[in-house]
Amino acid sequence: MKKAIFYIILSLVALIFIYPFIWMASAALRPEIEISSLSPFSHNFSISNYKAVLEKIPIGRAFLNSLFVSSSITFSVLVFSSIVGYALSRLKFRGRELIFMVILFTMMIPFQITMIPLYVLMVKFGWTDTYLALIVPGMISAFGILLFRQYFKAIPQAIIDAARIDGCSDLGILFRIVWPNSIPALVTVAIITFMNTWNEVLWPLIVIRKQSIMTMPQMVTLFAVGGQAEQVGVGLASAMMLAAPVVIIYCIFQRHFIASMVHTGVKG
Amino acid sequence: MRRRAIENNRVGYLMVSPYIIFFLLFVGYPLMFSLVLVFHKWNIIGPMRFIGFGNFGQLLHDALFWKSLGNTLIFLVIHIPLQIIIALVIANILNQRIAARGFFRAAFFLPVVVSGVVVTILWQQLYSQETGLFNTLLSRIGLPKVPWLISTRLAMPSIAIMATWKNVGLYIVLFLTGLQTIPASLYEVADLDGASEVQKFFHVTIPMLNPTMVMVVILSTLGGFSLFIEPYVMTGGGPMNSTLSCVLYIYKQAFYFNHMGYAATLGFAVALIIMIVVIIQRKLVETEIYT
Repeated sequence: MKKAIFYIILSLVALIFIYPFIWMASAALRPEIEISSLSPFSHNFSISNYKAVLEKIPIGRAFLNSLFVSSSITFSVLVFSSIVGYALSRLKFRGRELIFMVILFTMMIPFQITMIPLYVLMVKFGWTDTYLALIVPGMISAFGILLFRQYFKAIPQAIIDAARIDGCSDLGILFRIVWPNSIPALVTVAIITFMNTWNEVLWPLIVIRKQSIMTMPQMVTLFAVGGQAEQVGVGLASAMMLAAPVVIIYCIFQRHFIASMVHTGVKG
Repeated sequence: MRRRAIENNRVGYLMVSPYIIFFLLFVGYPLMFSLVLVFHKWNIIGPMRFIGFGNFGQLLHDALFWKSLGNTLIFLVIHIPLQIIIALVIANILNQRIAARGFFRAAFFLPVVVSGVVVTILWQQLYSQETGLFNTLLSRIGLPKVPWLISTRLAMPSIAIMATWKNVGLYIVLFLTGLQTIPASLYEVADLDGASEVQKFFHVTIPMLNPTMVMVVILSTLGGFSLFIEPYVMTGGGPMNSTLSCVLYIYKQAFYFNHMGYAATLGFAVALIIMIVVIIQRKLVETEIYT
């Protein structure tokens, strides 16, 4: 009896979480007059809303921009954060603890305080309206370093010593010995970094004005805010296009997504 | 041995050097520069003009700044309790022997991974006065329509409800993880003492979840102070600035009016307020756990 009530509650709540997405997928395929319909079914499904999005904004280009920016940042964060994490966990040098404290400190700085001066820096560098402004400030992440440091600490010293005796350099040890033994940490950092970069809107809005450099969430945002979509269905179609890549990846790697975010307590 | 240590030293510095360069350029310099900016009036094109504490004086008398803080407070007062109650209830149900737990967990988590832009565009339509899903549903069952985003009193609570829907999945899973770390022996002892389900919940579960509770409160608070895309897309900060958030106000000062010095001052003030609020919250929420 108690179980039955639990299942009813869970199913109702699951419906509340999933139904809006189903409704959106359906509404993006419906003509404007059916937009207030509660049911996801219709006899008049067509892809005309999607066609309208493609005609009005270069969303394909924005998709490629986002893919390029997110992949570059993810790759760079994996490489550089693991190098620093390796040094902090496996090498002894003076000032190591100080650097560790500095990294902890940077994680606590609210972005509200650095947002404006960072924008000024981009202007001074002449990086506004370029990929550099989107990529370079995200190339190392403090959270990535801390996670790698923690994970690398647990790797047995014997493996590392063996590689060193074989004449392996520290970079060699990191990429040939430590990386293959740290797949869960690499996956966690990759998922969190990629997702956060893919979903980021505020920073692109600040540094990019040129349409050909815009990221996908930025373009969809401006499309919605500017009233250029004109019809609700068209706006929803653009949102569907933005959601699709993440939702597809999420459906495949769902367990990893949840584990990663719980592990780090980081919000998307 | 000595050689090894020196070698380690050099390689160590080399390997952390990317971070040091990165830190100086993108964290250290901006922090220092913001300390310069707050004492200047600057439109980013012309020369900077030193105005002493002028920006701080302006901030103290800036009704819109205080309005944005008040809006954030309204958001937090609704968002945090709602989030904790829903997440606690669902996590406790999921912690029973439930079939398809993985499916439910994945469903609740879906909005967490989807971009805030998508969620906002979707909910803007759900909240729409004439054609929105909620109002259509209400009129279907004979209730009056609710001016979700049009009323100055309801707009911010509406955004807080949407944000709860977007984020609560993460907190469900965090609480669930917390629940699974509570040793079963504690409940057994409580059973021996004849404790009821309700007593066990309030005297074992809740105190043991305290670390998670602290994390949830702090993460939600940071989220409230970072609110930007939701009001930017849904309401533009309106009606009558009732959804103007701190970050949206900083953004407007910097990029609509080119008040760089003042925007930096606002950022500084908001960061300071966040730190104070988080410290107070820790004092209030954090408790010692006796085991």
